Amino acid sequence: MGNRNVEEELIEDFDLFDDWADKYEYLISLGKDLPSMNEEKKIEDNIVKGCQSQVWLTAEAKDGNVFFEADSDAIITKGIIALLVKVFNGQPAGDIVNNNLSFIDQIGLKDHLSPNRSNGLVAMIKKMKAYALVLNKA
Amino acid sequence: MSTILDIEKIRSQFPTLHKTVNGKPLIYFDNGATSQTPQCVIDRLKTYYEDENSNIHRGVHTLSQEATAAYEDSRRKLQEYLNASREEEVLFTKGTTDAINLVANGFSRSILKSGDEILISSMEHHSNIVPWQMACDYTGAILRVIPINDEGEILFEEYQKLLSTKTKLVAITHVSNTLGTINPIKEMIHAAHQINIPVLIDGAQSIPHMKVDVQELDCEFYAFSGHKMFGPTGIGVLYGKYEWLEQLPPYQGGGDMIKNVSFERTTYNDLPHKFEAGTPNIAGGIGLGAAVDYLNTLDWKNIQIHENLLLDYATEHINNIDGIQIIGQAQRKAGVLSFVHQKAHHYDLGTLLDQLGVAVRTGHHCTEPLMHRFNVTGTTRASFALYNTKEEIDIFIDALKRALKMLL
Ligand SMILES: Cc1ncc(COP(=O)(O)O)c(C=O)c1O
Repeated sequence: MGNRNVEEELIEDFDLFDDWADKYEYLISLGKDLPSMNEEKKIEDNIVKGCQSQVWLTAEAKDGNVFFEADSDAIITKGIIALLVKVFNGQPAGDIVNNNLSFIDQIGLKDHLSPNRSNGLVAMIKKMKAYALVLNKA
Repeated sequence: MSTILDIEKIRSQFPTLHKTVNGKPLIYFDNGATSQTPQCVIDRLKTYYEDENSNIHRGVHTLSQEATAAYEDSRRKLQEYLNASREEEVLFTKGTTDAINLVANGFSRSILKSGDEILISSMEHHSNIVPWQMACDYTGAILRVIPINDEGEILFEEYQKLLSTKTKLVAITHVSNTLGTINPIKEMIHAAHQINIPVLIDGAQSIPHMKVDVQELDCEFYAFSGHKMFGPTGIGVLYGKYEWLEQLPPYQGGGDMIKNVSFERTTYNDLPHKFEAGTPNIAGGIGLGAAVDYLNTLDWKNIQIHENLLLDYATEHINNIDGIQIIGQAQRKAGVLSFVHQKAHHYDLGTLLDQLGVAVRTGHHCTEPLMHRFNVTGTTRASFALYNTKEEIDIFIDALKRALKMLL
């Protein structure tokens, strides 16, 4: 289910790096590559609550598929959300809601992306799925 | 600088300091949040559970009497340590937050009226803001805030202007957990006393860095937490002048805080028990006594010299890094170095520093209004304790440079 190709690509990409620093550098580069969001979209409604850094997230549906736009003031956080955007973008809403995101365990950043780390990962996934649910009904 | 204290000996007493995290020796610079625990305190907790565990103040049996004696002995140790005039002036609480809530609750129910004022400063921790806001909501009293300058120092003249006959209490931190500022509390207490206003001091961040004498300060209340002064978690102290504690109504009802109970009428117990309803954190109280024993073995004068050298050394090296601005540049500081970087977010810095074995705190440090004052969303905070070293600061500075290189 879900965007298997993108998930597998990410797993392969991260597999190239042995040590944490390289993995983080890759995550940081994903963050830097994710286009910034327009300032006028950085409104209260689009904020993901529960992150130490600010995270903004919007979504729209095109031909039955969901497209996300996201940004953060912290670059590692932006890298994390870039991962999710890569995996979810252009997917049907139903697939997004049902994706269990097992790829996160496989990119070797499990400890770093654990829900205890107050990185907001759980909150981001929840908000993305919530958008998908709403767009699915609309 | 390490010649004035035998740091190796001090460090050898703290097991956690010898841990590795993420494959690197731990450098623990989050002492402002919680300090590490020396072996003697850990041993004391263990002995309590192995040898003395029982309820206090209630049993006629030997075990209960031994536990009661140990718990009350801790209270006396704290009394002596703080130089309180009576042991009944030392109340055990869950911590600083609980201690401040106790006073705020008592003031709400017995003293505050609509239009009265409570005076706090711009650099207070949420636990010295929110209880007063709740008290104000409940009574119609008004919260007033003493402004600070860009260095992070209280504007004393503004403070004096804010003091009035409407002021019912001044509640102020001794040392700022975010800025490190040591406030001139003695002068502030003196000024408040000129018009008979009582003063509560939040001592959470001062107790681990300096000797405090409550009679010399002459404050009405002094609150602090065990877990920031090398003691256990879940235990803390409210020191209160006897006549003030007498005057305030009890905070919580239950066992231990009563003399007699009938459905018609209950009479309350004497101090300190009036404020200690229910079975307390007995192990924690006894462990806190062991922490006081530990503090009593220390050479405070040299510890302060050592800590000041650490802070100066770290400040100098941080200042040499491009793009960094220190938040909190008061003349008198203790233990805390907070900073922001022009481009790197504190969350990113904290995450990468952790990977490099350095534990710091990032975010608003429970001082959101202070963040607004300095127009930042958060800072990275390194906070030091007596067992930290210059070598650790060197590693921290290198780690910080490496993190910045990865991020920028
Ligand atoms: C200045 C200050 N006041 C109060 C507190 C609250 O202490 P506790 O959480 O132990 O009750 C802290 C702890 O972070 C603090 O730094």
